[in-house]
Amino acid sequence: MVSAICTEAALQQSYIQEPVDTIYFGGGTPSLLSPAELEQILQQVFKQFTVNTDAEITLEANPDDISTEKLTYWKNAGINRLSIGIQSFFAEDLQWMNRAHTADQAKACIQLAQQAGFNNITIDLIYGTPTLTDEKWQQNVATAVSLNIPHISCYALTVEPKTALDKMITLHKMENVNSETQSRQFTQLMQWADDAGFEHYEISNFAKPGFRSRHNSSYWQGKHYLGLGPSAHSFNGISRQWNIANNALYLKSIEGNVLPVEVETLTNTQQLNEYIMIRLRTMEGLSLNEIAARWDINAVHKLRAGAEKYLKNDMMVLNNNSLILTRNGRLFADGIAADLFC
Amino acid sequence: MKHIRNFCIIAHIDHGKSTLADRLLEHTKTIGERDMMNQVLDDMDLEREKGITIKSHAIQINYKHKGQEYVLNLIDTPGHVDFSYEVSRALAACEGALLLVDASQGIQAQTISNLYLAIDNNLEIIPVINKIDMEGAMIPEVTDQIVELIGCKPEEILLASGKSGIGIEEILTAIIERIPSPKGDETGPLQALIFDSVFNSFRGILVYYRILNGSLKKGDKIQFVSTGQEYFADEVGVLKLTMTPKQEVKCGDVGYIITGIKVAKEVKVGDTITLANNPAPMIKGFEEVKPMVFAGIFPVNTDEFEELRDCMEKLQLNDASLTFELETSQALGFGFRCGFLGLLHMEIIQERLEREFNQTVITTVPNVSFIAYSSKGDKLTVNNPTEMPDPTKLSRIEEPFIRAQIITLPDYIGNIMTLCLGKRGILINQSYLTPTRVELVFEMPLTEIVFDFYDKLKSQTRGYASFDYSPIGYRDADIVKMDILLNNEKVDALSALIHRGRAADFGRKLCEKLKELLPKQQFQIAIQAAIGAKVIARENISAMRKDVTAKCYGGDISRKRKLLEKQKEGKKRMRQIGNVEVPQEAFLAVLKLD
Ligand SMILES: Nc1nc2c(ncn2[C@@H]2O[C@H](COP(=O)(O)OP(=O)(O)OP(=O)(O)O)[C@@H](O)[C@H]2O)c(=O)[nH]1
Ligand SMILES: [Mg+2]
Repeated sequence: MVSAICTEAALQQSYIQEPVDTIYFGGGTPSLLSPAELEQILQQVFKQFTVNTDAEITLEANPDDISTEKLTYWKNAGINRLSIGIQSFFAEDLQWMNRAHTADQAKACIQLAQQAGFNNITIDLIYGTPTLTDEKWQQNVATAVSLNIPHISCYALTVEPKTALDKMITLHKMENVNSETQSRQFTQLMQWADDAGFEHYEISNFAKPGFRSRHNSSYWQGKHYLGLGPSAHSFNGISRQWNIANNALYLKSIEGNVLPVEVETLTNTQQLNEYIMIRLRTMEGLSLNEIAARWDINAVHKLRAGAEKYLKNDMMVLNNNSLILTRNGRLFADGIAADLFC
Repeated sequence: MKHIRNFCIIAHIDHGKSTLADRLLEHTKTIGERDMMNQVLDDMDLEREKGITIKSHAIQINYKHKGQEYVLNLIDTPGHVDFSYEVSRALAACEGALLLVDASQGIQAQTISNLYLAIDNNLEIIPVINKIDMEGAMIPEVTDQIVELIGCKPEEILLASGKSGIGIEEILTAIIERIPSPKGDETGPLQALIFDSVFNSFRGILVYYRILNGSLKKGDKIQFVSTGQEYFADEVGVLKLTMTPKQEVKCGDVGYIITGIKVAKEVKVGDTITLANNPAPMIKGFEEVKPMVFAGIFPVNTDEFEELRDCMEKLQLNDASLTFELETSQALGFGFRCGFLGLLHMEIIQERLEREFNQTVITTVPNVSFIAYSSKGDKLTVNNPTEMPDPTKLSRIEEPFIRAQIITLPDYIGNIMTLCLGKRGILINQSYLTPTRVELVFEMPLTEIVFDFYDKLKSQTRGYASFDYSPIGYRDADIVKMDILLNNEKVDALSALIHRGRAADFGRKLCEKLKELLPKQQFQIAIQAAIGAKVIARENISAMRKDVTAKCYGGDISRKRKLLEKQKEGKKRMRQIGNVEVPQEAFLAVLKLD
């Protein structure tokens, strides 16, 4: 697989013209890569593309994969940011979510990483699970804050249709997620994060000043990106493409020097809708000036009219000619985005 | 004219009319092998999907009998009660009828009603026991039943199977030898009865007629008697599997005409065609159809009303039993209050609008037609709940009653009694047609059979019951208007006229159903059913607490955009009632109650 990914990098060489500013090892468990494999991929990326010297290079890691030894070679390989899937600092929640790591590991791995010299750390926390009380939720956030973590991604538990969880719920073997609890815990989170000096810069992402994820911000700014490996997505401004998800088929296709991609070209309206959907989720909001510049003034008029009721019921504010969701509005970002679609 | 025979095939539903027609067309080589398929005359998509005939279908057969060429005009008719108007118009174009009876089922309710229609039209009846290939064929019993019913001799009854092609030759012989040739004055002024029409997007409006006197030539200047409008006969011809142009269609024959008619409303089924420069008077047309059920049809997008009107007019050309007039609803905007012959008819109309005319429509709660008497003694026909006067101004209300005739096996008498009495039926008569076949006659309110009667009857008798009904006038009824309110806003399109004793149960079920069908919104929604100011049922939909998905990174964007675009599309089709957004399905909630 690693050599296939390297081959793909060569095949995709012309996809990205501009210098690479961020590299992200994610999706699955890149923390299982051996030092040699990690090295191989990074070398290939540096060979095929121009990478900025101060590029942000992130690696996703599971708490139970983290050891001093690994941390050292990650550091040496050039990784300068870690994303750790903590989820919760409580055993009960971790068990419910079927996670491999323990509550002790959750805390210890962060401290190890910091000792190894990783300051730029982000962790994932999950709320809205049946086992998580408001009190435990508060403690999870407080723990993260006290560990001096500069970036937190918080996700509400969602039950994807046809998953094991979904089945358990329909069979009443498990309590369904309670949207009221989720909405309350999200509201609490916004307050606590604010108190602790985090910027709520995107619906699910909180950062201390200077610690936003440069990589994820590129998605939200509509920058171009290239994904490598099975089911990875790429975007060049007007078309989006994604690799086949099946590993075997991916390998076979790359072996024959063929990119196993599906391409979708976005119409002008689709580009605008994506812009609306993504930007509404950000702290900077939807810039009407930018829409006027990139699309047309009619779109601005339509958006302004559509936003009227949300401005009235305090779901949105208009600031610097940008439509920005309020805390209350962020609870309904999807519905509002759909409503404002052109 | 001596060598023309006009006949139709009539029977109870599914007794094999269309299949027998196949064999007649095959045997006479009217349709070549290449074009042949099962129930070839059922050429509408809907007919093929549902496996039933919806429209009468005329086709001309050439057949040589004892050295003589004959022209046979066959009309295949539908069997379902809702389409009996199709049958009655077909009869007017014929001198004879093949009355089919399924050998395994015997005489059923529509066998009798269609037979009476044919007798009223003075048609020569040729009784045929069909499907004799079936294992359960009961030829002697069914022979007795037929002899009893029409008073013929047993040897006059033909045996056939449309499936295996038995008896086809004998049927053709009987058609020629027993059915009289059409009568009429071949040289007199033209009188042709319009019995059907259709809009064809390539050819314009096609009109089907039967010539009673005179003849019609290509190029003739014709006149529609009732409207006085004149046109040129651009094309005339007869109906084979496709239209076959002729220079002249003669007295006694069935044919089509294409003129330059642009406006659908100018064509009236039942009108007479005559020649402009040699006119003849109107001939007796058809009895007006009396719609049994009324419901509103509205365009999904309010600005498509004019287009819908145009399509309804075109559809009406091909369905003379459809009636409609303008209706306005606060919830749904401009639309039409339509009259249907039954719920199947209503479903077919909606489907045809969607398939043949590309219209997406909302159909509202169906109801029967009531008569309201005001305290001052005025009489008002109410086809729409919104027209019902305020109860304080009413002295009484009457509802339509029907005489229901049910033929079944003795085993099911109990179930049928329970069903019909539960639907406010009154047993009028119970008689044994044969030791194993019972006829039950009830008088029942029409409104009780409109909704789920057929399905219940079917399930209660495992399909061993046939049912026919005819209106018998109006009777006093305790009818109330039940309204549905969403956050205190009345939804006129959901109001229903209903028997007082049923209101509480109906209201509760409707509220529950609406709770299922209405999506959560950012505020709480109160659903209420009320009679006047009195709330009889209530449900709440709690407010949506949260509508945001957690992740939105590179790989999520496309999928998420598509999801939200779909959501937006769905919302466009919703209607705003006060502050509540109501999806279309909600307006059909009533039809989905158990
Ligand atoms: N065994 C047997 N089945 C038959 C025969 N004729 C028709 N059928 C079957 O009976 C069913 C109904 O046949 P149709 O010809 O559509 O009946 P119909 O009277 O035209 O029905 P409607 O037009 O809907 O009233 C079909 O499933 C046929 O295959 C027959 O002679 N023998
Ligand atoms: Mg048929």
